[in-house]
Amino acid sequence: MKTVFLALSLLVATPVYAVQPQEVLQDPVMESRARDISKGLRCLVCRNENIDESNAQLATDLRLLVRERLLAGDSDVEVVDYVVDRYGEYVLLKPTLGGANKLLWIAGPVMLLLSLGIGVSFVRRRQKETEIDPLSNDEAARLDALLKE
Amino acid sequence: MLVELGHFALVLAFFVACVQTVLPLIGAQMGRRALMDVAAPAALVHMVLITFSFSALMYAFVTSDFSLKLVVENSHTLKPMLYKISGVWGNHEGSMLLWVLILALFGAAAALFGANLPTTLKARVIAVQGSIGVAFLAFILFTSNPFLRLASPPMNGDDLNPLLQDPGLAFHPPFLYLGYVGLSMTFSFAVAALLEGRVDAAWGRWVRPWTLAAWVFLTIGIGLGSWWAYYELGWGGFWFWDPVENASFMPWLFAAALLHSAIVVEKRETLKAWTILLAILAFGFSLIGTFLVRSGVITSVHAFANDPERGIFILMILAVFMGGALVLFSLRAAAMEAKGVFALASRETALIINNILLAVAAFVVFIGTIWPLVAEAFWDRKLSVGAPFFDAAFTPFFTVLAIVLPIGTMLPWKRAKLGVAVRKLIPSMILAVAVLALVYVVQTQKSLLGPIGLGLAVWLISGAVQDIASKLGRKRDLSRLLRLPRADWGRLLAHGGLGITIAGIAGLTAWTVEDIRVVQVGETFEVSGYTLSLDDVQRKQGPNYITTMADITLFKGAQKLTTLHPEKRNYPVAQMPTTEAGIDSGFLRDVYVVIGDVQSNGGWAVRTYIKPLANWIWGGVIIMGLGGFLSLTDRRYRVAAGARKARLVPKGVPAE
Repeated sequence: MKTVFLALSLLVATPVYAVQPQEVLQDPVMESRARDISKGLRCLVCRNENIDESNAQLATDLRLLVRERLLAGDSDVEVVDYVVDRYGEYVLLKPTLGGANKLLWIAGPVMLLLSLGIGVSFVRRRQKETEIDPLSNDEAARLDALLKE
Repeated sequence: MLVELGHFALVLAFFVACVQTVLPLIGAQMGRRALMDVAAPAALVHMVLITFSFSALMYAFVTSDFSLKLVVENSHTLKPMLYKISGVWGNHEGSMLLWVLILALFGAAAALFGANLPTTLKARVIAVQGSIGVAFLAFILFTSNPFLRLASPPMNGDDLNPLLQDPGLAFHPPFLYLGYVGLSMTFSFAVAALLEGRVDAAWGRWVRPWTLAAWVFLTIGIGLGSWWAYYELGWGGFWFWDPVENASFMPWLFAAALLHSAIVVEKRETLKAWTILLAILAFGFSLIGTFLVRSGVITSVHAFANDPERGIFILMILAVFMGGALVLFSLRAAAMEAKGVFALASRETALIINNILLAVAAFVVFIGTIWPLVAEAFWDRKLSVGAPFFDAAFTPFFTVLAIVLPIGTMLPWKRAKLGVAVRKLIPSMILAVAVLALVYVVQTQKSLLGPIGLGLAVWLISGAVQDIASKLGRKRDLSRLLRLPRADWGRLLAHGGLGITIAGIAGLTAWTVEDIRVVQVGETFEVSGYTLSLDDVQRKQGPNYITTMADITLFKGAQKLTTLHPEKRNYPVAQMPTTEAGIDSGFLRDVYVVIGDVQSNGGWAVRTYIKPLANWIWGGVIIMGLGGFLSLTDRRYRVAAGARKARLVPKGVPAE
């Protein structure tokens, strides 16, 4: 049984895990830029993983591509544009501000303002009913006297 | 045979649930006591039938009955017993059965412990709970039958997804479902109250324990899932803003909002309509979560095998229950006028701010989760919304929430002086700012995330402690501590726990150190003050997997701390690899080591992370859950509390 297992396990290709030692660039600044860019790019064949964490072959290829472009002297923005040109905006984990996406980005703040508005008007209405005339001087004096007793 | 009986019991449960729904509703409407009295026994029979059905399925898994399709697809004889059992809910059909089981358990709990509810309210609550059961039992029977047999059973099964073969994940789904389904109780209470046309302080008191329980379970379930991701996925992430995670996070946010607004209903008889709406929405988002996970509209790391037919069925359930409840709400909401009046500066206002922040935060998560669908449907754009969006759009809400929270807890009900509350908190404020400044100066990178996170954490924890201290009165009478209601202690723990979790998240995110390298056996290397040596790498045989296990000794200076055993496992039957990180957990940091592949020069790829404050994330979650649990045991929620008092009343002599 054990030998069967061993044979089976050898048949199954061992996977690679995220960034491999040989992928790492010599220049630490360049490498950290590559890591930051990778964290914003989606692995296309995976489910909601960025290429920095993904184990897929495609992610490895994309990581190498990002590093190649950086070594070729591209800026961070140029590298991202390069990848988006080839794979579409689907690779961007942070949606752009273009077109309808504005709705996505302003939805939260708009909702907050709206609910704050409703909240404030509700509290105002509740408050009106609580308003009582403050104590007159006479009353305050009497209250003081009572409390001192 | 037993399997067929289980199937039969499930069909029977469907009919019992129909009775449980229809008769009590008619009875409550017409004031017929006999019909209303059907509710409780029907709920109990419903529960017993589904328990039997679930046990039958579990029996099939435990005995590896490979004539059952579900067992073949999700089990294997070599699998350890724990995972044979957890395999029951490690798949779509079985997990739906667990869903209805918990639903029935909650219905039965309402029947057993609802003695102090008014008769019509109790009948209606149980009936609405039954109607949810009807919908989901129909869903199981028509689209996801777990009891399908195979004509020619194979010799062995295909094994459970190896990622799920883990103690953390074995208990993650049951807790999540207890939370999701627990919210069905608050939904039933909300709908029943709308049918009654009456919401009062008593309603607030009945509904809050159920909400608290659901919230505690959701907290534990989400915590377990996040902990699992941390040690299992091989790079120490703890939250991914994955659609399925969001599906559990949205109900959590709504439940948190609901359990705060229910306090306002209970103590001040205001915010009634809003609380009802929250109760409906909280369960609605549980259903949306179910839909997202099981319909396949959104691909994610842990969506079950999907099928459009199932998606449409769940969407119909969602439409009927949400649509029905919201229509009912719009008809009846006006009748629920607020009674209590309060000033602008008051705890009521503070809790409204809490509710706004939590609900809008949940809305942001929701829109981010469904945006890819919306964009594709309306503008034909294929895009992704991932962690960077959520980090940017969600974090501000929790930051503001953490800033206002301690001030809110210091405000008295009805009418407060903001200046007084803020002045009381000056010590906490000084402490928080001092920590923020100190951390900023000490840290090597000049990012703001870490200092702000720790500053907020200190503010929350010390604010919670001051809150308790302020109950002692001027004389600092410590004996009062013993007499404080448990709900006060619950609040201390829940809010302090939130602070601890925030500290953990900030520390881990801001200051993780990562090291990737190729190491030869016998070689030593250094990572930010720690020395690690790769002593050995061996292949070993597990019960149903083969593992490559490394022995890595961890030193701090010359002192040996521990030996770590990171593993790379391969499950031959499921043909899937998993990683098991070697983690040295500490109070202030985790050392997290992962072994990778063998390299062409004979060395091994080794990844090392130093993760500051990692354990604080889950420690805080546990403390939050504990706080909720403590609140749940508060005197005033004890079932018989009201009844006992009622019995005492006649003995009293009227004072003249």
